[in-house]
Amino acid sequence: MKQRANNRDVGNSHNDDFGSDNIIVKTRRVNFYYGAFQALTDISMDFEKNRVTALIGPSGCGKSTLLRLLNRMNDLIDGARVEGEVLFEGMNIYAPEIDPVEVRRRIGMVFQKPNPFPKSIFNNITYGPRLAGVSGKAELEALAEQSLRQAVLWDEVKDILGRSAMTLSGGQQQRLCIARALAMKPDVLLMDEPTSALDPISTAKIEELIDELKKTYTIIIVTHNMQQAARVSDTTGFFYLGKLIEYNATEKIFTNPDVKQTEDYITGRFG
Amino acid sequence: MEERRHTSKQYETDLQEVKENLLYLSALTQKAIEDSIQALLDRDTDLARKVIANDALIDKLDDEVEEKCIRLLALRQPAARDLRFITTAIKINGHLERIGDMAVKICEKVALLNEEPQLKPYIDLPRIAEIARTMIRESLDALVSEDVELANKVRREDEVVDSLNEQIFRELLTFMMEDPRTIHRALLIMQISKTVERISDHAKGIADMVVFMITGQNVRHQWPAAEEQAPSN
Repeated sequence: MKQRANNRDVGNSHNDDFGSDNIIVKTRRVNFYYGAFQALTDISMDFEKNRVTALIGPSGCGKSTLLRLLNRMNDLIDGARVEGEVLFEGMNIYAPEIDPVEVRRRIGMVFQKPNPFPKSIFNNITYGPRLAGVSGKAELEALAEQSLRQAVLWDEVKDILGRSAMTLSGGQQQRLCIARALAMKPDVLLMDEPTSALDPISTAKIEELIDELKKTYTIIIVTHNMQQAARVSDTTGFFYLGKLIEYNATEKIFTNPDVKQTEDYITGRFG
Repeated sequence: MEERRHTSKQYETDLQEVKENLLYLSALTQKAIEDSIQALLDRDTDLARKVIANDALIDKLDDEVEEKCIRLLALRQPAARDLRFITTAIKINGHLERIGDMAVKICEKVALLNEEPQLKPYIDLPRIAEIARTMIRESLDALVSEDVELANKVRREDEVVDSLNEQIFRELLTFMMEDPRTIHRALLIMQISKTVERISDHAKGIADMVVFMITGQNVRHQWPAAEEQAPSN
């Protein structure tokens, strides 16, 4: 039986052999359970800084579960259990002394369905930073502008910052949610099917945005749309039934994957 | 291992159709080469003219195959093996169409040769043409059966054709040096031999693409060693 590190047993949360400077997040032999059901098996992946990694696979393969694991969103689910390590800048985020809220600030998340707060556009952006202790009108205004510019939304909303976020279109709401995450100055942005609820033009704008954002952030994106994975990502991980089947440069995965199962999936010969 | 079928039956049918079209095109071009050499051996200008006229069919099929492939690229966004197959098909299609044009060139020279007495018995020319024709057949066989070793065998045969072509040149050179009255006919025969050598180059090009389709490796600008190991998939 292979040895697995139970996250509760990790006393020393700092991994001294962190390795290459380029790797910002690592998973080491991660198993994940929803109660008795094992959703992820033995996942070991390195995520490089300032790269976009796509996670693909059929429904139920565990890709969204893995994504949520990377910033401890699964903590909120009853009966959820992690084994193994998830290292962020060398530190195991599941170590007992780590604050999950701080993890989620450094590793932000954007969801499939845009979920702006029922507040003004401005307050959507500044709500998180204010809770984190940022004060001063000028500072908050500068932060809002910077975040909205990064999300390529500033020009569209700069004159209506006081308006409710709910009056924005779907694509604008999603960019607002991205700006909201960026306002917390994360290092990593997790995106769970960020464009599947949007029209093609909004989708294209957000894909363009992802390309721009990766200069500053590391992005991990779950997507059902294989062409999107091919367009936006540098590396792609293919999952099936909770296992990582192949993890390679995106170009390789889509032109000449190593594993037949990967090829069957991306050419539509699955099931 | 049995290949899985695509979720869309129509897509699977479309891919199969492209393959079949290429096989048909290959059969047409092989026949064109065979007939052009027969026209040379039999001094049959009518047969030569028939080959020239039939090239229109090869051109038409070439257009159809290309349109099908472009349509598939646009509508299906193929990836991995499908992408490699369709891009390979487009290139093979181009090679076969050029081979058809070369059979026409051979027949044009045959028609001219038939206006003069035969210079010498044709021994090496039919040999070289048969090798080239076999290369075309085997390269398409390699495509259908996904046989890298067969594709590499075809790639090696190109060198045999190159040597034979040079041999033919040397022999014809001695004819021309001995008797200037043979120059016109010798040059026409040299041109035919050179054209067959170019057919063989195209057949090697087809085999190169078959290797790419199967393995993902680009070997277009490499020549295989005598006993090349098939690259692993």
